[in-house]
Amino acid sequence: MSKTPVQFRHNGSDVAVFVEGGANLLSVLRESIGDTAPKFGCGQGTCGVCTVLIDGEPHLSCLTLAETVSGRAVETADGLKDGPHLHPLQTAFMEHFAAQCGFCTPGMLMAAKALLDRNPAPTRDEVVEAVSGNICRCTGYEPIINAILSAAGQPGARRA
Amino acid sequence: MLEFRKEFFADERDDNLKEIGKGTQRQDMLGHVTAMTKYFDDHKVQNLLHLKVLRSPHHHARIRHIDVSAAQGAPGVKRVIRGADVPVNINTLLSLLNFGKDDEPSLAVDKVRYKGEPVVAVVATTEREAFEALSKIRVDYDPLPAVFDVEEAIKPGAPVVNEVYPNNTFEYHDKYDHQKLRFGDVEKAFAQADHVLEQRYQMSPIEHAPTETNGTVAAPDTNGRYVVYTGAQGLFFALDTCAKILNVPSNRLHFIGGTVGGGFGGKVDSVTEPLAILGAMLTGRPVRYLHNREEEMQFGPPRGAERIFIKDGVMKDGRIIARYVRSYFDSGAYTRLSSYAVVKCVAHIPGPYTIPNVWADVYCVYTNRTPATAMRGFGITAVDFALETQMDKLAHLVGMNPMEFRILNAYRDGDMKAHRREAKNCALIECVQVAAEKAKWPIRDEFKRMHSRSGGGGDRAVIPHTPGVTPSATPPRPQRTSYERPGMPQPTPQSAPQPMPAAASAPQPPSLPAQPAPVQTQHGATRFSSVFGTRRR
Amino acid sequence: MPIAVRTFEKLGDAASALASDRGARFLGGGTLVMRAINEGDVSITTIVRSTDAVASQIRPAGARIEIGAGVTMAQILSNRDLAFLHPAARIVGGPAVRAMATVGGNLFAPSPYGDFAAALLALDATVSIAGSYSTSETPLEDFLASRERGGTRLVASISFPRPGNPDTFRFRKVSRVKPKGISVLSIAALLPVAGGRISGARIAFGAMAPTPVRAKGVERALEGRSLDGEGMSAALAACLEGTAPVDDAIASAWYRREVLPIHLKRVLLGQPG
Repeated sequence: MSKTPVQFRHNGSDVAVFVEGGANLLSVLRESIGDTAPKFGCGQGTCGVCTVLIDGEPHLSCLTLAETVSGRAVETADGLKDGPHLHPLQTAFMEHFAAQCGFCTPGMLMAAKALLDRNPAPTRDEVVEAVSGNICRCTGYEPIINAILSAAGQPGARRA
Repeated sequence: MLEFRKEFFADERDDNLKEIGKGTQRQDMLGHVTAMTKYFDDHKVQNLLHLKVLRSPHHHARIRHIDVSAAQGAPGVKRVIRGADVPVNINTLLSLLNFGKDDEPSLAVDKVRYKGEPVVAVVATTEREAFEALSKIRVDYDPLPAVFDVEEAIKPGAPVVNEVYPNNTFEYHDKYDHQKLRFGDVEKAFAQADHVLEQRYQMSPIEHAPTETNGTVAAPDTNGRYVVYTGAQGLFFALDTCAKILNVPSNRLHFIGGTVGGGFGGKVDSVTEPLAILGAMLTGRPVRYLHNREEEMQFGPPRGAERIFIKDGVMKDGRIIARYVRSYFDSGAYTRLSSYAVVKCVAHIPGPYTIPNVWADVYCVYTNRTPATAMRGFGITAVDFALETQMDKLAHLVGMNPMEFRILNAYRDGDMKAHRREAKNCALIECVQVAAEKAKWPIRDEFKRMHSRSGGGGDRAVIPHTPGVTPSATPPRPQRTSYERPGMPQPTPQSAPQPMPAAASAPQPPSLPAQPAPVQTQHGATRFSSVFGTRRR
Repeated sequence: MPIAVRTFEKLGDAASALASDRGARFLGGGTLVMRAINEGDVSITTIVRSTDAVASQIRPAGARIEIGAGVTMAQILSNRDLAFLHPAARIVGGPAVRAMATVGGNLFAPSPYGDFAAALLALDATVSIAGSYSTSETPLEDFLASRERGGTRLVASISFPRPGNPDTFRFRKVSRVKPKGISVLSIAALLPVAGGRISGARIAFGAMAPTPVRAKGVERALEGRSLDGEGMSAALAACLEGTAPVDDAIASAWYRREVLPIHLKRVLLGQPG
């Protein structure tokens, strides 16, 4: 069975893999590259735990045909740290207790990063819309919204 | 913000709180935000095979014939697993506690009892190949009439869901088709009551919908064991269940739990571990069995539906003098944990209130629905919804403030509860008072002055005459622990200590020895039963 | 058998590949095809893609707006000229889905999905089908009716007349979960006004039938009338014409029929949902 070569940038590094026909990006990231940050939650496009950035835009990696990322830049939560230093979103999530089981967290972080990279001063409604494609079954969303507003240095974080 | 109301029960404790009221960071939070937390599927495994399950499309059917020949030869298929391949293909989860009869196969053999029941498992090199193999399996079914409603299921002539329980009800104490609570004489009290209110409550099954679906990765390990990565909420429970189903000593299995991506009770039934491990045993390679979202929502076990009838007798002045609860748990096609949920439910009735006459009949019923499981206080949450809604209705009926109504009927220290246990460390009255204050819900001064520590005991500590129940020769042994409040009245000295009162109201198997002794379980290992009171201390 | 992926520069070649292979499906944004593969649809054996730039263009020239089938909801949202379509694009999935979901793909989304298609239906859209050698035009209404009958069609673009006054176009999605949630129903309405009276109204419903449908009873009832008193009553009385809602996990057919007139009235009056 022949496989297709795919070369792309993964969290700032050049990678090259051979993928099965029809393989989705989520399984390629997790199994071929070993990046387990994006998770499998539904395979349907409803939960958002597989959210990654492709050229800065949020995408659902479980619905992305892997070979379509050739030559593009893919970012996952695994690449958020700057050396040993946490990204402001990661620090904010910790400070605001924005995770319990943690399964939705990598996807939430990437959805939040996509927002703040293009809109550094979002309103609360804009934050809500930015994570509207990410399901959390544990926190009730408020701590997550507060964390993102806080990372953006915005007022409007509501009392938990 | 957290607010401390230290004036309550101030004399009962040292005020040296070091942690409560301060935010304390989770030990796994750094792992969560850096995506380093390992869930069961995040472990690097070489040469992983994929297990997919063929499921029954029928709610209830005989299996006439299964033909896997086309699947066996399909590309990429390493093994097709059928019921006959499962070493012990019948189990019930609580056999670990010697509670209930084995009733559920890992893979159906002659009958399917709910839509989605596993029939055949395929292990293949890729998921795609597993799906293709599944599409080549032919199963001939003879559909049978199905029953979906608990009250329909216990009518004579209803389809028998599970032949192990031919009346569609779980058996308690080897003789009852329901769990009973008997305290006082409710019929006599209903006749004396100023009002009698009977209401019906219904709760639907609730799906946990965790973001991470149920799943297991099992792999042969270096020392003849199998390492098992799973999202199970109870690793020892899952390990022992698999040891039984696979007929191996438990020390052949090495269960490693990571963090669970949301459990809420939906990852306690060991639905994926046994077949994943069996797949690893039969292929000699690591095997992953992971629910996709459709499977998780439809076939992953939900919180069981419950139908609850509450009949109360209440006086004009607001005192509830009788409560009768009749309730049906929809266990779905198999028992799993519902038998235990019923025990918990009965133990919770009549709620945190002192009522002199309390009866309950609670059934664990089988229907052709997805087997039910635990979820967030299962056994209690639904009956509490019913009880508290009923309390509001009763308050409305007698024209009383519902907060005051609850304070009036609340239990107090020293009261005898319907289970023939003394009420201790009660605090409902204080909780209602603070709630009323916070909600700016006015209550009269006399209700503001009531306390959990006064007004209880005395006449309220007496076990009433209960028709049909012979009073025990030995009064119940009062329990004293290090949590006792100082100044509690000393218990009357008791004669022969017994682990449980002999009265029939509390759940106990008749054959339990007086001395706590290890009980031989169905599969040979020695266990203690926390359900029946022989606690190991 | 493993899935083959075939990529074509020209849409026409992609159309040929689709027509000659029963196991082939065209990949737009992936929300339909990749989902089916993830869920074990073994009938898909070939994925056909196209890198044809034409499919990703928005051509708002003159009296007719033409949108390539590969244009994503996110692209619609960043195009100011299509501001009147933003309410319909915004309610498709979440931000990640909008970066992937295409206008063409939405025409194939089964009920209760396909809200954007309902919006296009109310705009009297025409679908341009890519054949091996040429394209052919068909009204969206006919395209949707024949969709249920099966057969592989490759959509090249969708076009519709530019609304004279964009404020006359309204769109509402009714869902339990907000901001993102699957439709109980959706309503698209183009309400041109001449001399204080409705003239040439186009109304379409989503999730009220196996495909988005025109509410012709409502359109007839409103013709030449105003939106108060008799006109409104007549419109609401006719709203169920042409609908055939089903029970699904989101809502029952009964519920959909019950709430449709309530939401329709709010849309017609421009009231909030």
